Amino acid sequence: MNQTSPQAPCPVIAVQDLAKKYAGKRVVDGLSFSVSAGEIFAFLGPNGAGKTTTIKMLTTLLPPDEGRILMNGIDLATDPMEARRHFGVVFQDCTLDPAMTVQENLWMHCAFYRIPRARRPERIAHVLALFALTDRRDSIVSTLSGGLKRRVEIARALLHQPALIFLDEPTLGLDPQSRRVLWDHLQLLQAHHGTTIFLTSHYLDEVERYAQSVAVIKKGRIVTQGAVAAIISHTAHASLEDSFLSLTAEDGAADDETAG
Amino acid sequence: MIDVLFSLWLRQVRGFLRARGRVFSALSQPFLFLIALGLGFAPVFRKAGEGDYFAFLAPGVIGAGILFNAVYSGADLLWDRQFGFIKETLVAPVSRHWILLGRALGVASVAMIQAIIVGAICLIFSASLPAPGALALFLLFALLIAVLCAFFGSILGSVMSDAQSFSQIVNFIITPVFYLSGAVFPLEGQSGAIRVMAFCNPLTYGIDGMRGALSGHYVIPPAFSFLVLSLSTLFAAGVAQIAFSRIRP
Repeated sequence: MNQTSPQAPCPVIAVQDLAKKYAGKRVVDGLSFSVSAGEIFAFLGPNGAGKTTTIKMLTTLLPPDEGRILMNGIDLATDPMEARRHFGVVFQDCTLDPAMTVQENLWMHCAFYRIPRARRPERIAHVLALFALTDRRDSIVSTLSGGLKRRVEIARALLHQPALIFLDEPTLGLDPQSRRVLWDHLQLLQAHHGTTIFLTSHYLDEVERYAQSVAVIKKGRIVTQGAVAAIISHTAHASLEDSFLSLTAEDGAADDETAG
Repeated sequence: MIDVLFSLWLRQVRGFLRARGRVFSALSQPFLFLIALGLGFAPVFRKAGEGDYFAFLAPGVIGAGILFNAVYSGADLLWDRQFGFIKETLVAPVSRHWILLGRALGVASVAMIQAIIVGAICLIFSASLPAPGALALFLLFALLIAVLCAFFGSILGSVMSDAQSFSQIVNFIITPVFYLSGAVFPLEGQSGAIRVMAFCNPLTYGIDGMRGALSGHYVIPPAFSFLVLSLSTLFAAGVAQIAFSRIRP
């Protein structure tokens, strides 16, 4: 949908007619959207709407049944290894090794992404400083608080300097102070490094404050997408949360999240 | 890719060495076997004219230690699947083949560390030092068992989904593998059914190879044992690759 015109800038993510079935049920049903470079893009939906399944497909963990995903112009179906070099991921659940130190986790990530050994100390020191974690480098991960773990995960995801970072519920379970610190870091990242941020969140006040674009998904289909202000205005509500609730009213929040 | 293999190998070894309880149980379990079985069966063994039961049992117990340690490491994989770390490896630009191989080599190394320490203590108590060639052959068979069991553990860790029932199911599988390997009793003179089951068990070839390397008495020709163990390891590696490639976190 996006990369056909030679004049148009190539979006960081271009998704076309994406679909995924579980046990005969289409949990993702023909999604099409694009994410521009350098923006904070929020992918919203009630539980079970298909957000996590979509993120798994975007991050190559799940193969789609139908559709196409281009990441920086690279087709995920034909060259997933190359595409993986272009993004970093922070999943909803912690994916650090709890028995290793912060530095050991970061060092392992450098090995996975083939960062030359000579450059690793500098890269690790840089991301640790960026997220105010320098004094925690030798801490065993299992001893860190939830907020610190989340910061380590984001720092790790940036080590290979990706153009795009996926954040699945980045502030879930964090106290207000940790959430604020995290958002400050993410804004810094966007402003100074031009990193594109693709995130899911149920904290819609945060999304309204920090995101530039939004897509709302319901039962595996996009019900609206565009700039945050435009969506609020279009639905004639006072906040993104009210807009979201009206757009997803049939689903409610109690849907069973069996696959999504 | 060497760097990725080394990182995953180091993770397994480091994880083992940092878990003091695991180190203690991995090293003490073989000696508990030696003491319990050795004290119980040594007089019967001697009366039957079979010689020193401790010398017979030690290679079997070392092999059993490798078996239990490496197969139970499948729980680490299951744990990584349930608690997230596997996702970090699966979204990295690294082939799953290398990830599995790095893990398996780490698991095999941990099992070998245990085998070498237990073997060294047994040699000190026996006050005998085998020839370097015999020792090398012993270690080769131990390594083959370790790699085979590491891949077998990876298969279980890839296909099972319930961490709580993992130990019960693994016990159900590996207890007969251990007892039907010739680790605790000689296969010569056993009934046909026992011998058939033992010779269908790859561990039998490893235990016999280890025991024969030290005593010079083989039930199975060592070259044949080497062939069976190598083919079993390749087969397990292939099945493990298929199982691991189907993991959907």
